[in-house]
Amino acid sequence: MINIDSTVSQAPPKVEVSNLNFYYGDKQAIKNVNLVLPKNKITALIGPSGCGKTTLLRCFNRMHDLYDGNRYEGEIVLDGQVNILSRRIDPIEVRMRVGMVFQRPNPFPKSIFENVAYGLRVRGEKNKSFIADKVEEALKASALWDEVNDRLKDMAFTLSGGQQQRLCIARALATDPELILFDEPTSALDPIATRNIEDLMDGLKKQVTILIVTHSMQQAARLSDYTAFMYLGEMLECDRTEVIFKQAAQLRTRDYVSGQFG
Amino acid sequence: MATSLSPSSTPLSPIQLSVLQRKRSSNLFAVAGIFSIAIALMTLIALVLQLFIQGFPKLNWQFLTSFADPEASLAGVLAALVGSCLVMLVTAATAVPVGIGAGLYLEEYIARNKFSALIEINVTNLAGVPSIVYGLLALGLFKYYFNLGESILTAGLTLALLVLPVVIVATREAIRAIPSSLREAAYAMGASKSQMVFDHLLPYAFGNILTGVIIGLSRAIGETAPLVTIGALTFIAFLPDSPIQSGFPFISFEWLKAPFTVLPIQMFNWVSRPEPEFQVNAAAAGIVLLSLTLMMNSIAIYLRYRIQKNLKW
Amino acid sequence: MAISSLSEAIAAPPRKQVIRRLKERFIESLLFLCAFSCVAVTIAIMVILGTESIGLFKTVSVWEFFTGTEWAPLFEPAKYGILPLVCGTLTTSAIALFVAIPIGTTIALFLSEFASQKVRVWVKPILEILAGVPTVVYGYFALLFVTPLLQLLFPDLPGFNMLAAGLVMGIMIVPQISSMSEDAMRSVPDELREGSYAAGATKLQTAWNVVFPAAFSGVSSSYILGISRAVGETMIVSIAAGLQAKISFNPMDSAATMTAYIVQVSLGDLPHASIGYQTIFAVGFLLVSMTLIFNTIGHWLKRHYREQY
Repeated sequence: MINIDSTVSQAPPKVEVSNLNFYYGDKQAIKNVNLVLPKNKITALIGPSGCGKTTLLRCFNRMHDLYDGNRYEGEIVLDGQVNILSRRIDPIEVRMRVGMVFQRPNPFPKSIFENVAYGLRVRGEKNKSFIADKVEEALKASALWDEVNDRLKDMAFTLSGGQQQRLCIARALATDPELILFDEPTSALDPIATRNIEDLMDGLKKQVTILIVTHSMQQAARLSDYTAFMYLGEMLECDRTEVIFKQAAQLRTRDYVSGQFG
Repeated sequence: MATSLSPSSTPLSPIQLSVLQRKRSSNLFAVAGIFSIAIALMTLIALVLQLFIQGFPKLNWQFLTSFADPEASLAGVLAALVGSCLVMLVTAATAVPVGIGAGLYLEEYIARNKFSALIEINVTNLAGVPSIVYGLLALGLFKYYFNLGESILTAGLTLALLVLPVVIVATREAIRAIPSSLREAAYAMGASKSQMVFDHLLPYAFGNILTGVIIGLSRAIGETAPLVTIGALTFIAFLPDSPIQSGFPFISFEWLKAPFTVLPIQMFNWVSRPEPEFQVNAAAAGIVLLSLTLMMNSIAIYLRYRIQKNLKW
Repeated sequence: MAISSLSEAIAAPPRKQVIRRLKERFIESLLFLCAFSCVAVTIAIMVILGTESIGLFKTVSVWEFFTGTEWAPLFEPAKYGILPLVCGTLTTSAIALFVAIPIGTTIALFLSEFASQKVRVWVKPILEILAGVPTVVYGYFALLFVTPLLQLLFPDLPGFNMLAAGLVMGIMIVPQISSMSEDAMRSVPDELREGSYAAGATKLQTAWNVVFPAAFSGVSSSYILGISRAVGETMIVSIAAGLQAKISFNPMDSAATMTAYIVQVSLGDLPHASIGYQTIFAVGFLLVSMTLIFNTIGHWLKRHYREQY
């Protein structure tokens, strides 16, 4: 999965979304969205609150399947091969390939080690040394190893908020996902913890493709390679981040990124 | 790995295999859940069928209007039915006001201190005291200390002790569900504390409290053990004095002192006899008792359903 | 009424205010008395059980009471060892919990994690009805339905046996365990569930590895309160388990429990303050102490192990 193509300016697509509609019961929340997530890049979803950013994000790992009455139309194609919204694909299969980090840190009421090992255990992995290696690798990748390696057996809730969120990232990383979804991962954190997480994500894109929902325009500008602007359930514009922030094609996008509304 | 998601490929990929296996055990558990519910449901059905098959032939007007009799075929539940109703009357009349008052005090008046914690622990513990212990308390206190005898009053008070925690808990939960903005609104209109409580909280919480009271009484009407210990009679061939008299002063409380029997005691007595004819009587009494409790329970469930539907804070 | 009291308050002469204040005081004291009645009942239970049973320990040593292996207070020579009754209580309770804990937990997990809203709306009233069946009816059912049914399987089973009583008692406790456990499970926040599903877990894996441990204090408290309920249950065991006090852990045996003994004695006509009369209070005292311990542990678990989510 390691694929370095920094020389290519236009990275190959990892995920292609075409004509995506999503309904909560009768209410249409996503309207005809088309989007490409380039491989090993960070794509940011921005837009005023209630515009459907999080709803769109949660389509990528079929989180909406957990609740009754939700309906998808259209396609989200992974690696140009499979439509993960297909009825024949089990949402669990999708979630085994697509990781997610939530808005608020949500560690399980288990030890630090068990939190990170959870995804592997869920997959039926029994090999103890393999699990231990994977946990260490994931904790190192999420820059938490040095802080917790001497207390892996402690409960996860003994960590600070920022550490908990990095633990959740480690939890998502341990199973080698191809795409990780971040749902406003720093909105519950202080500025220093936010900075740590951002640095971390920047390093992660060597391994994985990242889609992040953020309400902070600065964060999108600092962090992402591509930015998509959503408004009232529609995808108004999607381009390289510097284009969106410096010379967006649409007036509404320009107004939003310059802080005129939102 | 990428091809693993493609649905049509015939040999299953490791991912698909893993999902398939894990979903199988997940579905297996769902089946176990349905099976467990089925066990509960089947027990209920078997219980009702057993009662009806054995007791239905006996269930007629004669059975409902006859007194106990040493001859099984002549015996009926009249005294027990009337006794149950009168005992419930005493229970409701004492447990409901005291329980609601206690609930109101604990939710609205009490200062949070050591003493409130003590009362708090008391209420939860009282709810867990086995019913037969209340019977022992009544035997020692009501029967021998207060000399109330084996009367309807003693029985009603005993069951009131049992229902009291249920009413308190129901009252507290109902009051707690009322948003504090309503309290503030009442105070802002210049209401005193008692006016706020009795003009606003109590009426708004009424439906939920009533639901709790009915459930508590439906438990009490089926209680046997505490009444056995105070020495309920099983052979009573007369009715207590009517509470409403034709002559002055029209209302009589003589019935409170009357000896009594109640439905569950009558049923227990018949069940304990070796003769099969009496077990038929027991089954018939069981049908009457179960119908009463089920009726009360359904009223409560329906009430709660209506309240939940109509009331949105 | 609120409006009239406002105008009163504005124009109220001091005397009216005093009356109003007195009225408030009076109502508060009245409500306080209601609340205090709970404490009074607890004190009364302890005092009555204590004073009425104290006489027994003038005849019987406390040591003999707790360690004697024979219970025959109404015979000559009288024996006052409570262990046989405790043994009957523990055996029937163990059978009941053996039924109630697995079934109750499974139903709770199913209702909270697997079932749709529609299923819940139908299943919960059924469980409530099951919880509302009078225990004397359960006793009848154990004696006249379950025991004959079990006798088809085990022809040697006596007509009174702890197995049938325990099984029916277990079914009776199922609704209590399932509803308390389900409440605990449903109060686990959805964020935790989503975290688990996002890691690729199935419903069962989420239920078992995340929801169950997170709700464990509430669930275990429901178990403890279930034990307390089984120990205090009276009618089922007095009707179906038999009245002979003997030390036996064999479910196929008939044996009296503590509660059944109290019922047995109460059915006779014992004079006040006789030895037999004192024994039921002593047994009751032990019974209330046991349930009090279980209840305290149960509520402590529920309150002090508030989940760490």
